[in-house]
Amino acid sequence: MQSTAAASVSASAIASGGGARSEPARRPGGLRVCGLRGESPACPSLRISQAPARLAVARAAAATNGAVAGSGGFDYDLVIIGAGVGGHGAALHAVEEGLKTAIIEGDVVGGTCVNRGCVPSKALLAVSGRMRELHDEHHMKSLGLQVSSTGYDRQAVADHANNLASKIRSNLTNSMKALGVDILTGVGTIVGKQKVRYGKVGFPEKEITARNIIIATGSTPFVPKGIEIDGKTVFTSDHALKLESVPDWIAIVGSGYIGLEFSDVYTALGSEVTFVEALDQLMPGFDPEIAKLAQRVLINPRKIDYHTGVFASKITPAKDGKPVLIELIDAKTKEHKETLEVDAALIATGRAPFTKGLGLENINVVTQRGFVPVDERMRVMDADGNVVPNLYCIGDANGKLMLAHAASAQGISVVEQISGRDHILNHLSIPAACFTHPEISMVGLTEPQAREKADKEGFEISVVKTSFKANTKALAENEGDGIAKLIYRSDTGEILGVHILGLHAADLIHEASNAIALGTRVQDIKFAVHAHPTLSEVLDELFKAAKLQPREVPDSKPSQPPQPLLKVLSFITALLSSPKRDQQR
Amino acid sequence: MATAPAPLSLSASTLPARLRAAAVPAGARGGQTRRGRMVVRAKIREIFMPALSSTMTEGKIVSWSAAEGDRVNKGDAVVVVESDKADMDVETFHDGIVAAVLVPAGESAPVGAPIALLAESEEEVPLALAKAQELANGQPQQAPPAPAEDAAATPSPPPSPAAAPAPVAAGTKGIASPQAKKLAKQHRVDLAKVTGTGPYGRITPEDVEAAAGIQPKPKPAAVAAASAPVAAPSAAAVPQAAVLPPVPGATVVPFTTMQAAVSKNMVESLAVPTFRVGYPIVTDKLDELYEKVKPKGVTMTVLLAKAAAMALAQHPVVNASCRDGKSFTYNSNINIAVAVAIDGGLITPVLQDADKLDIYLLSQNWKDLVKKARAKQLQPNDYSSGTFTLSNLGMFGVDRFDAILPPGQGAIMAVGASKPTVVADKDGFFSVKSKMLVNVTADHRTVYGADLAAFLQTFAKIIEDPESLTL
Repeated sequence: MQSTAAASVSASAIASGGGARSEPARRPGGLRVCGLRGESPACPSLRISQAPARLAVARAAAATNGAVAGSGGFDYDLVIIGAGVGGHGAALHAVEEGLKTAIIEGDVVGGTCVNRGCVPSKALLAVSGRMRELHDEHHMKSLGLQVSSTGYDRQAVADHANNLASKIRSNLTNSMKALGVDILTGVGTIVGKQKVRYGKVGFPEKEITARNIIIATGSTPFVPKGIEIDGKTVFTSDHALKLESVPDWIAIVGSGYIGLEFSDVYTALGSEVTFVEALDQLMPGFDPEIAKLAQRVLINPRKIDYHTGVFASKITPAKDGKPVLIELIDAKTKEHKETLEVDAALIATGRAPFTKGLGLENINVVTQRGFVPVDERMRVMDADGNVVPNLYCIGDANGKLMLAHAASAQGISVVEQISGRDHILNHLSIPAACFTHPEISMVGLTEPQAREKADKEGFEISVVKTSFKANTKALAENEGDGIAKLIYRSDTGEILGVHILGLHAADLIHEASNAIALGTRVQDIKFAVHAHPTLSEVLDELFKAAKLQPREVPDSKPSQPPQPLLKVLSFITALLSSPKRDQQR
Repeated sequence: MATAPAPLSLSASTLPARLRAAAVPAGARGGQTRRGRMVVRAKIREIFMPALSSTMTEGKIVSWSAAEGDRVNKGDAVVVVESDKADMDVETFHDGIVAAVLVPAGESAPVGAPIALLAESEEEVPLALAKAQELANGQPQQAPPAPAEDAAATPSPPPSPAAAPAPVAAGTKGIASPQAKKLAKQHRVDLAKVTGTGPYGRITPEDVEAAAGIQPKPKPAAVAAASAPVAAPSAAAVPQAAVLPPVPGATVVPFTTMQAAVSKNMVESLAVPTFRVGYPIVTDKLDELYEKVKPKGVTMTVLLAKAAAMALAQHPVVNASCRDGKSFTYNSNINIAVAVAIDGGLITPVLQDADKLDIYLLSQNWKDLVKKARAKQLQPNDYSSGTFTLSNLGMFGVDRFDAILPPGQGAIMAVGASKPTVVADKDGFFSVKSKMLVNVTADHRTVYGADLAAFLQTFAKIIEDPESLTL
């Protein structure tokens, strides 16, 4: 689950990540695999020879973590504040690197994702997907199935979500314990350079020193002012995931990932939904074409209506025999437009960083709208714009890309750096998914973003699309709704963005995100083989449909022969971008 | 999104590239939809919003490929329509001149609504323009030019009885749920005229459907069939009454719960193989007895029920039923259900243990049951525990009729009026006696012809010598 703010946030990430990204791709073929880690060319051989030794260290650390003092007189090599998915990913990788690691958790292991986010919501969406299928008589009939009546037990659905969260939480805890990560409970505060204090109410506070510190404190639901949360009729995703009620009519404020997923759940369970979106268009973070199709598939045929270009300036919970009242004002003129009366309101206006009480003032760090400022290596920047040594911030708390797996990837990137290997994470290779029915997924740039970048940097882009209607497996499942869209550089074949709406889109995106991460170009990936019949052929067809700009052949323009210099240049360009180049080597 | 109008060209192979707009001569536009309001006009054709998908209810005009005054040929794309699924080029069926665009780009129209007028020749363009004017004027005040459903909706005002609990808070008036709004648009129901019955006086989808005269979707029927597992195997095979096209001008009144239950039971009964046996019975002695016990509050109904119960005691198979198609279910009690017409329906209060209780107690029970039935306070056990049903239409002068066997019972007796009849006795002497005809419908899976005949014989004996009834 991610905030609606993600689009704008990721836009900034593009600017910072853009330069570094193309580098790995340009490297000669043999080293390309390393592009994922972004290592300096010298590292790979070293790394391979070291691996067994480091593994041994890791095992030793796992067995004796706690007894062995961290090097250089520190209690730990790495202390991570926050045991969400980001902290967990960092901790696991740190142990693998032989670092003595502790993780401080002030709430529950697993953080938002596992306890109040992606994980329980997937349980609810699993239910909604099945309800949808069973309710779709037309769909069932065309498959030859007869379903007489369907219903659900709200409490049992809620329990499923809750059980899933507990299960994943204990898996996470166990995996860290098994590796020997010290799990310290309490609220962590940075008291000085490489020094953290933690403790909880009623217990004496402890202070530990660490060679490196990672802040991974995540985020909480953002509630705009004027909105009164009572947890029963006006609530955030935190409450909604408990599914304590299924209102007849619920307004969802915000039409990003969270709002969209909940609209899928609520409408499947019988609610009617009204979206309130501040921007002029629903699903503002998505590629416009995908958003348009998503509206046709996920909004229009369902019991959903919407108000766009309006703010919910005031929301009052249901009380004294009155329903929930939502005052809408025009987003531009701020004039009162309408008052909605609904049974419940879900506030899904994004997420705010949870960085209070971290003691950042002790080290001269000022948050920006609550976010901890970091550079492209996740190093925390102080008020003067200087890097604070040995302090990193990952995940929602830095706001670069508010996704659980992004936090984890950032954590791994940080551990790589503190293990002595420079690493810059390519945020454009991080996929995102919205688990509606059908799903939406994306990686890289949207078409408008790609066009903007192309204009700025002076190259051309091409766009190809394929439909799920042409895919055998999708048709067998009777789920032909959906498209996949590829945006790539017309000259080099570099993949800039892939967007999918359709059955299992969230699982399909990884071929594209891996291609971006590894720098694989369309002219190469199109030769990869996909099992038939599978949904993955949607992407196969997409890659095969991509055509590069024809190389300039002098004969093709007899009326205006190119100047010799241009000729040489075009030859070089052609040589550089030729697919055969790698094969020859 | 500046490039939006370009039709989605994802896969020309799978999406039908062009749909044909149904452009039919206005005068000839047929079927029931517009019957009556058609005036035959010369060669001006309407271009209608086509249905581009099975779920499409309205379409948005993305752009007009042809402008007013353009000459178009059959097969030309004239308009790009955005449906709930995709943008598509829509082509015309006819040659002609686009005389008037009724729905400009950017606006939406319901499926089937005219979106442009096509004139066959230059001369007809003014005519078409006049018609366009007429259509434009007609639109706002008059009830919208009706697709089929409206025909029923417009003349019959929304059922008012439900309006009684007027929404208290005046502020809530006119608030409609998202689906209610969608349905209102689809069926062209004016939400201002719909009384909301939902929470806080809100207009629910059901309210809109009621206002549009739409019967609830067949969903409940499916649920009902499933919830009655007894009848399920056969009931599933019973064709649900096909929904016939609505009759223009007719008033549609949805079934009350009771009527729906009757309807369901009657349809289910079609799955039972029944047969009928009639029997004439002389009632002079019964009438005499009736005159005697009448002052004590005993009714004819009770006497007949008692007689039936006594006969059933001797023929338990007629009191049995077939519940699973494989076995006899012999009931331990004899409970006589008696059909009673009540306002707007029919109910069958049950005289429990009619064979064991005497006629005076039965009469007392019957009085209570009838009182409860009128007040609609019968408990399920009071009307659903019958093992045999008695239906008497004699008081109307009906001489014989044929009853439908209710599900779960083995037999039902239909009693006609007792009438003076010339009767020849076994010695050949004629006399005039009161005679009534009873007709029993039974489930042939459990009750065979001879069983029923024997039961009727016993029943006749009891009636003809009714002293035993008072014992």
